[in-house]
Amino acid sequence: MKKTVTNTKGKIAGIISNLVIVEVDGPVSQNEICYISLTGINLMAEVIKVFEKKVFVQVFESTRGLKVGQEVEFTGAMLEVTLGPGILSRNYDGLQHDLDKMDGVFLKRGDYTQALNFEKLWDYKPIAKAGDTVYAGDWIGEVTENVMPHKIMVPFKLSDKYTVKSVVKAGKYDVNKMVAILTDKKNKDIEVSMIQTWPVKVPIKNYKNKPRPFKLLETGVRTIDTLNPIVEGGTGFIPGPFGSGKTVLQHAISKQAEADIVIVAACGERANEVVEIFTEFPEIDDPRTGRKLMERTTIIANTSNMPVAAREASVYTAMTIAEYYRSMGLKVLLLADSTSRWAQALREMSNRMEELPGQDAFPMDLPAIISNFYSRAGFTYLNNGETGSITFIGTVSPAGGNLKEPVTESTKKAARCFYALSQQRADSKRYPAIDPIDSYSKYLEYPELQDYLRENISKDWIDKVLTAKNYLLRGKEASEQINILGDDGVPIDYHLRFWRGEVIDFVILQQDAFDDIDKQTTLERQKFLLEKVLDICETEFQFESFDEVNPYFKRVINNLKQMNYSEFKSEKFNNYLTELTSIIDERK
Amino acid sequence: METKAFQKIYTKIIQITKATCSLRATGIGYEELAIINGRLAQVVKIIGDLVTLQVFGGTEGIPTNAEVVFMGKPPVLSVSDDLAGRFFNAFGNPIDGGPSVDGEEREIGGPSVNPVRRKQPSELIATGIAGIDLNNTIVTGQKIPFFADPDQPFNQVMAMVAMRAKADKIILGGMGLTNDDYLFYKSIFENAGALDRIISFVNTTEDPPVERLLVPDMALTAAEYFAVDKQQSVLVLLTDMTLYADALSIVSNRMDQIPSKDSMPGSLYSDLAKIYEKAVQFPDGGSITIIAVTTLSGGDITHAIPDNTGYITEGQLFLRKDSDIGKVVVDPFRSLSRLKQLVIGKKTRKDHPQVMNTAIRLFADAAQAKTKLENGFDLTDYDERTLKFGKEYSDKLLAIDVNVDIDNMLKTAWRLFAKHFTRAEVAIRSEFMEQYWKGE
Ligand SMILES: Nc1ncnc2c1ncn2[C@@H]1O[C@H](COP(=O)(O)OP(=O)(O)O)[C@@H](O)[C@H]1O
Ligand SMILES: [Mg+2]
Repeated sequence: MKKTVTNTKGKIAGIISNLVIVEVDGPVSQNEICYISLTGINLMAEVIKVFEKKVFVQVFESTRGLKVGQEVEFTGAMLEVTLGPGILSRNYDGLQHDLDKMDGVFLKRGDYTQALNFEKLWDYKPIAKAGDTVYAGDWIGEVTENVMPHKIMVPFKLSDKYTVKSVVKAGKYDVNKMVAILTDKKNKDIEVSMIQTWPVKVPIKNYKNKPRPFKLLETGVRTIDTLNPIVEGGTGFIPGPFGSGKTVLQHAISKQAEADIVIVAACGERANEVVEIFTEFPEIDDPRTGRKLMERTTIIANTSNMPVAAREASVYTAMTIAEYYRSMGLKVLLLADSTSRWAQALREMSNRMEELPGQDAFPMDLPAIISNFYSRAGFTYLNNGETGSITFIGTVSPAGGNLKEPVTESTKKAARCFYALSQQRADSKRYPAIDPIDSYSKYLEYPELQDYLRENISKDWIDKVLTAKNYLLRGKEASEQINILGDDGVPIDYHLRFWRGEVIDFVILQQDAFDDIDKQTTLERQKFLLEKVLDICETEFQFESFDEVNPYFKRVINNLKQMNYSEFKSEKFNNYLTELTSIIDERK
Repeated sequence: METKAFQKIYTKIIQITKATCSLRATGIGYEELAIINGRLAQVVKIIGDLVTLQVFGGTEGIPTNAEVVFMGKPPVLSVSDDLAGRFFNAFGNPIDGGPSVDGEEREIGGPSVNPVRRKQPSELIATGIAGIDLNNTIVTGQKIPFFADPDQPFNQVMAMVAMRAKADKIILGGMGLTNDDYLFYKSIFENAGALDRIISFVNTTEDPPVERLLVPDMALTAAEYFAVDKQQSVLVLLTDMTLYADALSIVSNRMDQIPSKDSMPGSLYSDLAKIYEKAVQFPDGGSITIIAVTTLSGGDITHAIPDNTGYITEGQLFLRKDSDIGKVVVDPFRSLSRLKQLVIGKKTRKDHPQVMNTAIRLFADAAQAKTKLENGFDLTDYDERTLKFGKEYSDKLLAIDVNVDIDNMLKTAWRLFAKHFTRAEVAIRSEFMEQYWKGE
C-alpha cells in the first residue's frame, strides 16, 4: 500500500496527543497518508489540515516518545483498502491490517500486516473475453471465496471505456496474477490482477442506478420483521442508553439476517464483545451455505482502547469493503457499533485543532458527515442488470440516554428505520427493548414494499400489522388510564384493552435472544403468530369483574410463550396450541 | 528517580499555570517525564522548542528559575514478585517504610491486547452475594463498577467481594481515598492474613489530586506483570473512579480544552476505556478483572462520568438502601452484568437464567403494587402477594449481607415462588417447573 509517488518529506514541528504538526518541503493533499519514522518503526498518519508549510496530521497510533525534528514521509495516496479475494472471514483493525497475522499478545505500534494472502492460489474462471467492451466494476472473472462467488472486476479507478485485449484461461492463480489486459482509447495496455485499491472516504459508484429499496430483509427478530421491517439496501439505526440491548440486537441481526455477506464494524466499543463474535461465528452453522457463518463474515475491530483516529477510519473501511461486495451482485449487511464513538473521535480531533465547536462540542459538519455515510448504503442495479445491496444498521449511544443530542438527531435525518431502545423496557427485561410506539420503519409506507409484502406474505398483511400497532397504542392508553383512575375506577373494557396490548408485547415483541428456538422466527411462523394473536385480540371475552382479567390473560400469555419456546409445529407446540384453544373457549 | 550527572538542567520557565509549566527545550520525547524542583511532571504538548509539562503535584510555589531535568522516559514501574504485600504512592514509591522494589522497569499505560488474542471470559467469580451471583454474575476478565452514592458502604462491599473472590493477586488502586478508608483496607488485608496476595497504589485526599491520574496505570501495569508473566488471576480494585475523572477535568480545563458535557473533557470516553479495557482473559490462563467504584451524586446516572462508564464497563452494580427492610441491596433493575450469559445456566444450574428473570419480573410487579398503594388505590389479591414476595426477596436475596452459594440462592427463589404465586404466574419453562416447582 505504501507508495512514494510525490516523495514529499517533512519534519515534526509539534505534538499534541495524537495530533502532530509537520513542516513539509513539497506538495501534500488533504487526507493523504504519511508515515512518521520513530527508531525503526513507521507510524501511519493522515493529513487533516494544511496551513502554509504546516501540515496537521492525525496519527493512527500512540505518539509516546515522538520528538520534534523526526522525519515524515508522504505517500501521495489517501487512506486506501486493498480489495480482492480473501477478505471474508478475516479480522481486521480499522485500517484493514490483519489482526491474526500480528505477533504477540499485545498490539505493537507500526505492526502493519497485509490485508490479503499473497501466496494462496484461487480457482480462477474468466467471465469476460477478448473483444468485450468494459467499464469500471464490470466482471471479468470469478473465483470462489469460501463458498461465495467472488467476482474479479475492472478496477474501480479506471474511469473510461476499455476493450478486453486478452484474458488468462481458467486455472489456479494467486491474487497478484495478471488475469486480463485491457486497452484504453489511446491503445494503451492496462494489466489487471485480482486485487485493486480504493480510497475509503470516496464512495464506489460503478452501478447503473439506485432505485428505492422494495424487498424485505428477513432478520428473524419479530418486532422488526413484523412491525417495522427493514429492507434489502435499507438503512436503520438503534439508539439507546447503555445496557438497553443495542449490541445484543445487532449481533442477533448479524447472525440471522438473510444476507450473503456480513460485515461487522466494532467501532470504539468493548473488546470482549468482539471476542464473542470471534468465538461464536466460527461455530455457528449457516443454513444458507451449510458451512459456518464466519466464512461469509468480515470483522473490522477498532475497540475503545485502540487508537482513536483509526476508529474514525474503521467505519469507512467497512463501508468500502461492503461496496466492493455489492459490486459483485451480493446482498451485504453492514453493521456498525457504535457510530457515536466515531462521532466522538471526530470531536476529539476537532477540539485538538481548536476548531469552532458546534452543539455539545461536536464538529459543525457532523450532520453532513453522517448523512453522506448513510447514503453509501442502498439497493443497486449493476451495469449488467444484476442487483446488489448494502443494508446498513448503526447503533447510537446517546449521552445520558437523551435522544436530543447531535448524533441521534443527525442520524434520524439520514436513516429510514428507527429502532428506539427504551430504558424502561430494558429495566423490566422486556427484550428486545425496541419501543413499539416511538419506533418506525419508513419503508412500511413505501408502496413498493407494501406490494412485496402482500405478494410474499398475505394480501391483508399490512392491515394486520397496522391493527397490531393500534392495539399496542390502545393498550398503552388504557394502562395510563388505569394508573390514574385505579383498577376499579375504569370499565372492564379498559382492562381488556390493556391486556390485548400485553399479549402482543409478551408474545410478539419480546423475544429471548439467548434461547435456541425463540431467538429466530421465520416469516411463516411470524405470520402464524400475528394471526393467532390478532384472533385473540378480536375475541369477545366474557368477564364478571376486572380481577378475573389479569389471571386469565396471564394463562393465555404463558401458553403462547411456551409455544415460542417450542419447535414450530412440533408435537409439543401442537399440544400447547390445543391447550390454548381450550383456554380461549372457556371465556367465549 | 535520581538525576544523572550528564543530564542537562534547564532553569528558565516561561509560563506557569495552575497545573502546567512551559519552557524551551529540544530533543524531548512526547509523554516523557521531568522533574521540576523535585516535583514530577510529564510532557503533554510540544510546539517547536516550547515544551509544556503537566506537574502532578501542582505548581504552587514553583519559581521561573526552577531546575528542570528531563528523564528521557515515560513513567515506569519496576515489576517483580517483590511487589506483593507492598503499599505504594501514585508514583510507585513505597509508603510502607519498606525498601524500593528491584525489577524490570515497565512503561505504564502500555499497549492494548490484540483483540484476536483475547480469550472469552468463562470463569465465574463467586461472591456469596445473591444480588451479584444470582442476578448479576461476574466472571474473570470482566470490568464492572459499583454505582453508589457517597454514603453507601461501597468500600466495605468491595473489600468483602475481593476477599471472597479466589484471586491470586488483589491490587488496590486508591484515588482520593480518605485516610480512614485507606486504613480500613489495610486492616482488612492484614486481618485476612492475605497481605502477601495484595499490592496497593494509594493516593489519599491528602495528596495532590492530579497525582491520581497515575494510579490506575500503575495498578494495571503491576496487574499485567502477574497476569501475563506469571499467568495469575488478578483482581484490580479501583476506587473512586469519579475522583479520577475529576482530576482529568482539572487538567483539561487548565489546559484550555473545550469541555463537553458536565465540564468533562471530550476525550473522557477514550480515557476511561483505556483503563477499563485492560481487563482481559489471557489465552494461557492469566486474567485481569477490574471491580471499580463510581460514586454518583444524588443517584444521577446520566452525569457524564457514570454515563461514559456504563458505556465502557461490562455492566454495573447499583447499591441502594431498601427502606422496607432497612438494608443495603444490589438493585436488580438498574444493575447488570453483561458477561453473566457466559456462565449462567452453563457453569451454574440450567434453571438459573429463568429463575433470575422471573424473580426480577415479580419484584417489578411488587414495585408497581407499591406505587398503587402509595397513590391510594385498592390492591388486588395478586398485588398483595407480590408485595409480600418483594419484601422477602429483598431480605433473603438482594441484601448484601446474604452469603450463600448459588444452588442455595436458587432454592430460596423457588421457595419464595411457591409460597406466593401460582404456576401460571411464575410461568417458567415447563421442564424446570416439573423439576423444581414446590407449590400447588
Ligand atoms: N434480546 C435480549 N434477550 C435477553 N437479554 C437481553 C436481550 N437484549 C439485551 N439483553 C440483556 O441486556 C444486556 C445489555 O445488552 P447490550 O446489547 O450489551 O446493551 P447495549 O449495547 O445497549 O449497551 C445483555 O448483556 C443482556 O443481559
Ligand atoms: Mg453495546
